[in-house]
Amino acid sequence: MKNLFKLFSIIILIITSNSNSFAAEKVEYLKTDWSFKGLFGKFDRASLQRGYQVYTEVCASCHSMKYLSYRNLAEPGGPEFSEAQAKAIAASFEVTDGPNSDGEMFTRPGKLSDKFVMPYDNVKAAQAANGGAYPPDMSVLVKARGGGVDYIYSLLQGYEEAPSNVTLDDGVYYNKYMYGNKIRMAAPLSEGLLEYGDGTNATVEQMSKDVTTFLMWSAEPHLEARHQMGFKAIVYLIILTVLVYFSMKRIWSRVESEV
Amino acid sequence: MSDHDYRPKSKVGQWFNDRLPLLTLANHLTDYPTPKNLNYWWTFGGILTFCLITQIVTGLTLAMHYIAHADMAFESVEHIMRDVNYGWLIRYIHANGASMFFLAVYIHIFRSLFYGSYKAPREIIWIIGIIIYLLMMAAAFMGYVLPWGQMSFWGATVITNLFSAIPLVGEGIVTWLWGGYSVDNPTLTRFFTLHYLIPFLILGLVVLHIWALHVPGNNNPVGIDIKKPSKDTVPFHPYIVIKDGFALLMFMIVFAFFVFYAPNILGHADNYIEANPMVTPAHIVPEWYLLPFYAILRSVPDKLLGVVAMLSAILILAVLPWLDTSKIRSAVFRPLYKQFYWILVADVLILGYVGAMPAEGLYLLIARVATAYYFLHFLVILPVLGFKEKTLPVPLSITEPVLGGSPNLAAARNKESKIE
Amino acid sequence: MSEKKTKRRDFLFTATTAVGAVGAAAVVWPMIDQMNPDASVKALASTEVDVSSLTPGNTLTVLWRGKPVFIRRRTQEEIDEARAVKMEDLIHPEKDEDRAKNPEWLVMLGVCTHLGCVPLNDKGDYNGWFCPCHGSHYDTSGRIRKGPAPWNMEVPKYEFVDANTIKIG
Repeated sequence: MKNLFKLFSIIILIITSNSNSFAAEKVEYLKTDWSFKGLFGKFDRASLQRGYQVYTEVCASCHSMKYLSYRNLAEPGGPEFSEAQAKAIAASFEVTDGPNSDGEMFTRPGKLSDKFVMPYDNVKAAQAANGGAYPPDMSVLVKARGGGVDYIYSLLQGYEEAPSNVTLDDGVYYNKYMYGNKIRMAAPLSEGLLEYGDGTNATVEQMSKDVTTFLMWSAEPHLEARHQMGFKAIVYLIILTVLVYFSMKRIWSRVESEV
Repeated sequence: MSDHDYRPKSKVGQWFNDRLPLLTLANHLTDYPTPKNLNYWWTFGGILTFCLITQIVTGLTLAMHYIAHADMAFESVEHIMRDVNYGWLIRYIHANGASMFFLAVYIHIFRSLFYGSYKAPREIIWIIGIIIYLLMMAAAFMGYVLPWGQMSFWGATVITNLFSAIPLVGEGIVTWLWGGYSVDNPTLTRFFTLHYLIPFLILGLVVLHIWALHVPGNNNPVGIDIKKPSKDTVPFHPYIVIKDGFALLMFMIVFAFFVFYAPNILGHADNYIEANPMVTPAHIVPEWYLLPFYAILRSVPDKLLGVVAMLSAILILAVLPWLDTSKIRSAVFRPLYKQFYWILVADVLILGYVGAMPAEGLYLLIARVATAYYFLHFLVILPVLGFKEKTLPVPLSITEPVLGGSPNLAAARNKESKIE
Repeated sequence: MSEKKTKRRDFLFTATTAVGAVGAAAVVWPMIDQMNPDASVKALASTEVDVSSLTPGNTLTVLWRGKPVFIRRRTQEEIDEARAVKMEDLIHPEKDEDRAKNPEWLVMLGVCTHLGCVPLNDKGDYNGWFCPCHGSHYDTSGRIRKGPAPWNMEVPKYEFVDANTIKIG
C-alpha cells in the first residue's frame, strides 16, 4: 500500500519536474499573487474587466483573439460584464457580414454572437503591417507559452536597454524574458498609457497583471467551473474510497480469519 | 475450469443459457478462482480496463464535435474547449487519460517483469499484451496529432520520417503515409480514422488477453502453480472486485487531480500554437510515455540503426519468455534477479529523463550507456542468470508455504510482505 | 455473527453502493449533455430580412436556425379567406388574428408539423400550403386543415424593425 503511494508520488514528481525542465533556459520570472491559482482559485472580476480594457485599447491593434465571442464577456466565470455592457461593446465594432441579397459584403455593428473582430484580414496582412513578424493570436497565448502567466507578466515588464554585446536590428527590441532576448514588439505598456474606468492607477505593473489575468481567462474560460467541480469530485472520490475501503476490509475478513 | 456444469436457477435463464451461454460466462467470471495473495500491483489490470473504457467513451463524444481537417481541427478543439457543454472536461479527461493509461500500463508491465508473469504457461497472454502496448503507442501518437498544434504537426513529421530510414523503399513509404509531400490534410484524416479504429482493436485484444489469462489462471506474488479452486483462492467476486475497486478509486483521485488542477502539465505548450509547416518548435519532445524509446533512438548515431534499436527495444519484450531461462517465476525467490530488476527500472527511468533532455554532451553519453544496458539486461543478464542464480526455496502452496519450517522460507515470506 | 453486526454490514454495503451509484450517474450527465446545443449555437443571432421587394401574393423563404421561414405577403382575398374560417372547422384552432398581427404579413416556420418536411407554396385544397411528404394541407393562415399533421405551422418570435425589415428571433 505504502509502496503504491511512494511509486505514484515518485512518478508524478518525475513527470512534472520533467515537463517543467522543457523550458530549457531557466529564467526567474517576476512573481505576483494570481487569484486564479490554487484549489479554489477564481478570477478577480475587476482585474478581468480592466484587462479587457488594456487588451482592447492596446493589444487589439495588432493581436487578434479569434476564438472569443463578445457574448463570452458576459458569461459567468469571465469578466462578467452585464448583458447590456457586452452588447454595447459588441456594437462598438464594425463587423463584416454578408453576402446580402445583392451578393455584396456589408458591415454592421457587432452582435453578442460575433467573434472578436480581428485587426488584420489574414496572416499575410498582419505580417506586412508588422515588418514581417506575425503578432500571435492571443486567445490561447497563455497556454501556448512554457512559462504561462508568469512569462507573459514578466515579458510585458521585461524591456531593457540591450547589453553592449547585443546588437539589435531596426524594429527589434531587447527583452530580458523573451526566448533569445530579441522581440519584434516594442514595449506595449507605459505608465499612464490609459485611464482605467474604475480609477485604478494604471502603472505598467498593474496593466501587465490585469491583461495577463484577462489572457488567462481567454485561454481557459471554464477555469472557475473546473476548480469548483474538481474540488467536489475529489471530495466525493475520497468519501467513496473510504467507504469501499471499509467494505473491502469487511469482505476480506471472511478469508483472512481462515488463514 | 469446472464451471461448465453451471445451470441457471430460473426457467427463463435456462432457456436463454441453452441457446447463448452468457450466464455461464457471467458465472465463470464471478466465481473465477483467484489467488488470494494478490497484492495491489495486480489491481492495474482492472485499472487499465477502466482507462480503456474511459478513453473510448470520451473519445466517442469528442469525435462528435471534432473536425478532422487541417484548416479546422485546431479551431474545432477550441470550440470543444469553449462552447460544447462540458467539452473542456471531456477533452481534459481524454488528454490526461492517455497519460494515466500509460502510467498504469507501465506499472502492469513491470509487475509482470518482477513476478515472472510472462513465463510458461502465460507466454501468449504476455505477447498479446505487447501487441496491445504497441497499438496503444500508435493510438496515442495519432491522437496527439489530431489537435493540429505545432507539436502535433512536427511530432507527426518526425515519427513518420522514421520510416524513411528503410533502405530503397523508405521515401516511398513516407510519401504513402502522408498522402502527399508533407504532413498535411490527407495525413490528418487518415490518422483520425486510425485513431478511431485502434481502440476497438485494443478492446478485442483485451478480451483475448483475459481469455488467455483465464486458461491457466492468475500468477501470484509467490509465483507458484496453485490448485483451483482451493484454500489458496478466493472467488473473483466479491473479493477481487472490491479490491480492484478500491485501488481504482485511489487511481482516480490522482487522475482527477490532473484533470481538474493541472490539465496541461503533461502536454507541451507548443501544441496550443496552430500547426505551421514553416517553423519548427525549439524543443521537439514526444509525450513522456515515449521518452525512453526516443532516447534509444537518438543514442544511435546512424539513422537506420537508430530506428532498428528503438523497435528492437520493444520487440525484444515479445521474446522475453524465452530469454529468461529461470525456472522460478517470482523475483521474491530470485535474490540476484531482484537486484537486476531494480537496475532495469532505474535504467528505463534514466532513459526517460535523458529522452527529455537535449541529445548532446553528457546526456548523450548517459543515453548510450543506458541503451546498452537495456539490451544487455535482456540479451545477456537474463539468459545467464537463469543458469547461474542460486534461488531460494519455493513454498508448495500459498496457505501452507512452510514445509518443515525452513528458516529460508521465513526470510522469503518476510521479503515478500515488504514488497506488498 | 450477531444480528446487530449483520445490520451494520448491510448498512455499509448499501451506503457504498448508493454513493457509488450517485457518482456514476453524475459522470454520465456530461456525456449526455455534450450533445445538447452548445453555447455558440444557443447564442445564434436573430436574422433580419429586408422585405421591401416582396409583392402581395408572394412568399419569401429565409433560413433561420437552420430552418426555412416563410414570409408571405398576403392578398386581401387570402386574408378574408383565412379570417372567415370557423374555429370548429380547425384541427388546431387558432385565430388568424393571433397568427398574423399585421394581417398582410404571415411569418411562420416552413416546417410541416407532421415529420418536418418543407410544405409547397400555393398548393393543396385550401390555397395555402401542401406538404408533399404525407399530404398535409394548410390554409392561407398556415393552419392544418387536412392530413396527418397535428398542429398549425409554428409562428416564431419576430418583429418589424422598420416598415421594410423583419427581425426573426
